[in-house]
Amino acid sequence: MTAAAAALEPPVALIAEVTHRCPLSCAYCSNPLELERAGAELDTADWLRVIEEAAALGVLHIHFTGGEPLARRDIAQLVRRAAERQVYTNLITSGVQLGDGALADLCDAGIDHIQLSFQDVEPDRADASGGFTGGHARKLAAAARIVAADVPLTLNFVVHKGNIDRLEAMLDLGERLGARRIEIAHVQYYGWALLNRASLLPSLTQLTTATDSVRSARARFGARIAVDYVVPDYFATRPKACMGGWGRRAINISPSGKALPCHAAETLPGFTFPSVRDHSLKEIWTASEAFARFRGTQWAPEPCRSCEHLEADLGGCRCQAFALTGDVGRTDPTCALSPDHDVVVRAIAEAGASGVATPRRIGLFRKAAA
Amino acid sequence: MNNEAVSDEATTPRLRRGVKFRFDETRQAWVLLAPEKLFTPEGTAIEVLKRVDGARTLGEIIDDLASVFQVPRDLIAKDVAAMLRDLEAKGAVSL
Repeated sequence: MTAAAAALEPPVALIAEVTHRCPLSCAYCSNPLELERAGAELDTADWLRVIEEAAALGVLHIHFTGGEPLARRDIAQLVRRAAERQVYTNLITSGVQLGDGALADLCDAGIDHIQLSFQDVEPDRADASGGFTGGHARKLAAAARIVAADVPLTLNFVVHKGNIDRLEAMLDLGERLGARRIEIAHVQYYGWALLNRASLLPSLTQLTTATDSVRSARARFGARIAVDYVVPDYFATRPKACMGGWGRRAINISPSGKALPCHAAETLPGFTFPSVRDHSLKEIWTASEAFARFRGTQWAPEPCRSCEHLEADLGGCRCQAFALTGDVGRTDPTCALSPDHDVVVRAIAEAGASGVATPRRIGLFRKAAA
Repeated sequence: MNNEAVSDEATTPRLRRGVKFRFDETRQAWVLLAPEKLFTPEGTAIEVLKRVDGARTLGEIIDDLASVFQVPRDLIAKDVAAMLRDLEAKGAVSL
């Protein structure tokens, strides 16, 4: 065993993207453009095995997400197995299918926490954004159900140019609904969101106002409600330490079973990501070339290599480097020190010129025949 | 919650719903799990958290720690209260 392998910590989180199916069609979705179909999904037995392997490997949190995880009929069964293995279970859902029966099944299975997404605070705008008539009302009902069942609730708002001006009302809604945690997440530009970037990027004024609102809400809520804020890296001077580091904290499993260091990594060329159909999670974590390639900081090019911030941001996000420069090994261009930073500056300057977004849809993008 | 209330040793600290405290065999370490959060308490914090069972009062927790570790009660009372206040601020414990 090499020194690097000996020092490898177990993963803390498994992100189980159990399906790409979703009743909503948000234009800011960070799923890949080529969405996987139901027929390609792992079956129940595969997922149960993956959950067992994750627990044995030291995973502490499993995030059941998608797509919409409730689109799978076996979701409560998967949650139950994770809970039996003492893994903390988190369901990330749109809530539109979370009726009394589904929630009762999840509670019985031992769900620890539910994160419910909202698109807006105004019903018409919210429904238009998610492409689902009546969706907002269903989400409000789902939130009430979750709180009544005494399951800790996070309200998640992905914020962008079209809804960020109502951020104060979003925070108020979270408080009114009894959320324990409110997540305000600026759009991260991958997949559909990158495609629709020009219609989503907020202005600097919008961003500054939003950041102030979050700050004052934190002061107002204190320990009662946690407000987590996912910053928009396009406006930052340093990039984010994406996923807490490549292959360092989390394993993402795609609906068909591909193990990825993050859910956007599938877009990267030159990789063969291992499948849980062929390999154990332990093999994938400890021995796969794909997880090792950008682990740590040895791979970093200049200006990262000699930069004092390298240990903090780990060179930023590999998927973003590829999406914006075509080279997965370059410094993340959201860093002001990146030689490619002008592509981000230009994107901000050009935002607003296009107001038309393409809603997310399975089958709209397909790989060209080989 | 203000400091006066927290220093009231009659209060019964409890883990908030959705917070779990357990020993992790893989890491051979205690972990405190909460929504999207992971804490790895050490030393005294572990001993305090083991006694946060929703039944014992703050006063009883301090009594027990003083007795088990044979330290003067006055020496640890403030520290234990402060530690729980910190866990409250992190959203892990209610007082």
